[in-house]
Amino acid sequence: MPAVSKGDGMRGLAVFISDIRNCKSKEAEIKRINKELANIRSKFKGDKALDGYSKKKYVCKLLFIFLLGHDIDFGHMEAVNLLSSNKYTEKQIGYLFISVLVNSNSELIRLINNAIKNDLSSRNPTFMCLALHCIANVGSREMAEAFASEIPRILVAGDTMDSVKQSAALCLLRLYKTSPDLVLMGEWTSRVVHLLNDQHMGVVTAAISLITCLSQKNPDEFKTCVSLAVSRLSRIVSSASTDLQDYTYYFVPAPWLSCKLLRLLQCYPPPEDGAVKGRLVECLETILNKAQEPPKSKKVQHSNAKNAILFEAISLIIHYDSEPNLLVRACNQLGQFLQHRETNLRYLALESMCTLASSEFSHEAVKTHIETVINALKTERDVSVRQRAADLLYAMCDRSNAKQIVAEMLSYLETADYSIREEMVLKVAILAEKYAVDYSWYVDTILNLIRIAGDYVSEEVWYRVIQIVINRDDVQGYAAKTVFEALQAPACHENMVKVGGYILGEFGNLIAGDPRSSPLVQFNLLHSKFHLCSVPTRALLLSAYIKFINLFPETKATIQEVLRCDSQIRNSDVELQQRAVEYLKLSSIASTDVLATVLEEMPPFPERESSILAKLKKKKGPGAVSVTELEDSKREGGELNGGSDRGPDTAAMAASNASTPSPSADLLGIRSSAPVGAAPTSAGSLLVDVFSEAGPAAPSAAVNDDGFLSSAPPSEDPAPPLSEADELLNKFVCKNNGVLFENQLLQIGIKSEYRQNLGRMYLFYGNKTSVQFASFTTTVSCPGELQSHILFPQLNVQTKAVEPLVEGGAQIQQVLNIECLTDFSEAPLLNIKFRYGGALQNLTLKLPVTINKFFQPTEMASHDFFQRWKQLSQPAQEAQKIFKANHSMDTEVLKAKLLGLGTALLDDVDPNPENYVCAGVIQTKGQQVGCLLRLEPNAQAQMYRLTLRCSKDSVSRRLCELLAEQF
Amino acid sequence: MCSFECLFRQGKLRLQKWYVPLSDKEKKKITRELVQTVLARKPKMCSFLEWRDLKVVYKRYASLYFCCAIEDQDNELITLEIIHRYVELLDKYFGSVCELDIIFNFEKAYFILDEFLLGGEAQETSKKNVLKAIEQADLLQEVRHLMKSMWGR
Repeated sequence: MPAVSKGDGMRGLAVFISDIRNCKSKEAEIKRINKELANIRSKFKGDKALDGYSKKKYVCKLLFIFLLGHDIDFGHMEAVNLLSSNKYTEKQIGYLFISVLVNSNSELIRLINNAIKNDLSSRNPTFMCLALHCIANVGSREMAEAFASEIPRILVAGDTMDSVKQSAALCLLRLYKTSPDLVLMGEWTSRVVHLLNDQHMGVVTAAISLITCLSQKNPDEFKTCVSLAVSRLSRIVSSASTDLQDYTYYFVPAPWLSCKLLRLLQCYPPPEDGAVKGRLVECLETILNKAQEPPKSKKVQHSNAKNAILFEAISLIIHYDSEPNLLVRACNQLGQFLQHRETNLRYLALESMCTLASSEFSHEAVKTHIETVINALKTERDVSVRQRAADLLYAMCDRSNAKQIVAEMLSYLETADYSIREEMVLKVAILAEKYAVDYSWYVDTILNLIRIAGDYVSEEVWYRVIQIVINRDDVQGYAAKTVFEALQAPACHENMVKVGGYILGEFGNLIAGDPRSSPLVQFNLLHSKFHLCSVPTRALLLSAYIKFINLFPETKATIQEVLRCDSQIRNSDVELQQRAVEYLKLSSIASTDVLATVLEEMPPFPERESSILAKLKKKKGPGAVSVTELEDSKREGGELNGGSDRGPDTAAMAASNASTPSPSADLLGIRSSAPVGAAPTSAGSLLVDVFSEAGPAAPSAAVNDDGFLSSAPPSEDPAPPLSEADELLNKFVCKNNGVLFENQLLQIGIKSEYRQNLGRMYLFYGNKTSVQFASFTTTVSCPGELQSHILFPQLNVQTKAVEPLVEGGAQIQQVLNIECLTDFSEAPLLNIKFRYGGALQNLTLKLPVTINKFFQPTEMASHDFFQRWKQLSQPAQEAQKIFKANHSMDTEVLKAKLLGLGTALLDDVDPNPENYVCAGVIQTKGQQVGCLLRLEPNAQAQMYRLTLRCSKDSVSRRLCELLAEQF
Repeated sequence: MCSFECLFRQGKLRLQKWYVPLSDKEKKKITRELVQTVLARKPKMCSFLEWRDLKVVYKRYASLYFCCAIEDQDNELITLEIIHRYVELLDKYFGSVCELDIIFNFEKAYFILDEFLLGGEAQETSKKNVLKAIEQADLLQEVRHLMKSMWGR
């Protein structure tokens, strides 16, 4: 039974609660509750009118039952009745029930609002407060509509009681947060600011929360609050601990108000007025000084309250980032806390120092604490504190201490908690790259990383090490040697095998002189790992093997043997099988010259910001969505490799930069030409180089998108008419790279990348003859529709003129920048004119720029998909086509095409697993068009049904036309 | 701003107060998850933890955990003292508060909280003023009691 029951106890309620507590089992409890619910229901339905007390008691019981976690579906009306009782306790219980249980769409809301209105106008402060508390607790839009204009009046009225003002201020804050559009600024706003001067501390405490929130949204309107806040703060800080009476908390004057004042000041830049600023700096200094004074009490409440103010002051100092003296003092203070016996203080000091480390004024001061922080990483017993220490080490790292910090983080990784390993790995990888002075250290670090925490090393990390090794020839030999040694370990992580395969395939020759790492030894070492690896890694290894054949002719027989064996050439995985077949053929029929060209060393990657950084940033964000990330990289994988004919070439083969549509880095480089930025005449000009050197003598080596074994005979037509060019266009709907055009004279390769509503297209014009082309000009134009609106053009294509002379066998490059302004259906045209042996050549092609290039994939769950599908139900928004299959209906091929399209392919959405469902958003400058796609294959009939629903009808129609040609 | 506050012990939620709109289902899920997380922590660990996109500040009084979820820019230490002040208020009102007081007089625990924190922000930090407000209300009840007994009802 209750120890005390103050005020007007409800005996029946106490008995009921005791009964519940005495229940021996969950079942007994439920039984007792059901009995009570039945009882209450009958009372409420009974003929006899209940008196207020009984009503209150039963409503209170219902509330108790609800708070135990059971559903309550009646009693709301009785609670609303209690609101209009003139007995305080009944009203109070009524309001409590409403606050806890009434959802905003309840039909009772009108009745509730009426009762609240009555109480607000009652002029009885206790009733008014109850009503205001209820509004603040429910905070629904309906309440905002009813009271958003009334409450500011109550707040600033001269005759309002202090306690009502306090409730009104916070009530208004809640309404402003739920429905900012309904709380209109007005004459009251300036008067609210002056509440900072109110003599009642409670009113200031409540009002300042409102003012802070309003200032964040309307800084100009409230900027007078800065000087008021400074003077209020100054008065508090300089007051003796007894001055503020009950607002002093364990000898600290008004800690809550002080923190709120300091918080408010963080909404603004440092005060411009010198006097105000001086006063504020004085306050901050006083707060820092007080931290050094002996404590006035041993109680933890005293030190907490005092330090709460100190930390808030430090936040303000960091926010201003303009007072070197204060910043350094703050840093020293935090340094003391780093060794404090209170875990809480150590945690907060580490956290706060992290932000100090990024200020130029205090970065050096933070660095002096490195030993303490490293020690914290090693010895703290609480993982959340260790996490803070790791964050701080990352933040304070620079060139001077990178080696030490990276080494410490690596050694910590061996024992780190699983929850933080992935983040640690990313951090180590970033620091190692950012501060690498000699790249052998970088290579060592990353290989260590893979060895220690291979499972947590994401693709971005190992792609990056390869990019860096390829771009820096001073480290290639070292990398080959190190990775070779690392692979000696009997059990090494698959990521190590990937890096090993790639690097030895490229640079194994650099260590082949040593008999301990002779070609055959290298090959056997790699191949000993082969059978333990997943398909993507095996695919990569196969590519490494063909590279070996080129690097070391003496391994040819051994490797051909391996490729020829059944487990490769008849592998059930289509990708592995294809590679084995093609590589075997390539190695047996191509001349060494052709091999050398096709298997040439990878050209350097373009320098760009590390994608690991982007990943870390994403990880830190709320929710850390890794799905979209995966999807991004998957999509790029599809894009890079054309994605249509060969099945989804896995990301493993494309050592690409996941966050930027970087060019492919397929180990062989056969499907793509030079990466962006590579000089067009250097190693990058694979597309045409291969062709011109191999010539018609070895057509099998021609670079062609149907897989490089099929020999596509060069077209005899001088220039295809435009209708055939439409077929060309269709060929590029689901891929971005390939040969756009080819005849006996000229080959045009294309390579493009798209990001949001922007695209960049590289055109490679190769002269296949031995004679110079003269007066070579190209023009890009947009057909009528594209330009019809002068104010609202659809596409914007920019390019520079090309060199007028193309030597025999040479290749020139042209870059087009494309901006999609609104959706379009006609592709831009490319016209090429040149003189060949006196004859003028003229041809016009459609450039494969189609609306789907501007897709961003969108992942969504089944539920969301269908919801959106239903939303796009207007007849014009849907486009549908039923057509006969023109190509293979193989699942993998279809998937690759759909991914190449640029949408996200959604699994588990369509109840029929045979169907494909995709979603994406087309990005144009003016708007975003959401698109949903459903493709239903009928294998028996060799037919498809394609349905598109987009938020814009013209897009549905265009996509449907484009796609119907793809399958 | 405080997003929500709850009081719990092993397996029992004693009080919950939400300052952001959430469905009942979400509330249940959140409390279940949070209770587990906090209970799993060892005594000497720090009182703050990052949780979803919020910071959780908790403190144990006897076997009861008091727990506040605050936003990223909020001050952890002052929140710890918010919890303590609330405990002091309960203590003063009930006179050496124990868990049973909170169980049997749960409505009072809510009333006191409303006087102290409103919409997740401190409304009145003076112990005296909060208790005055509550006692005034109690007084209204006493008067009615008195009248009831006088009229023999």
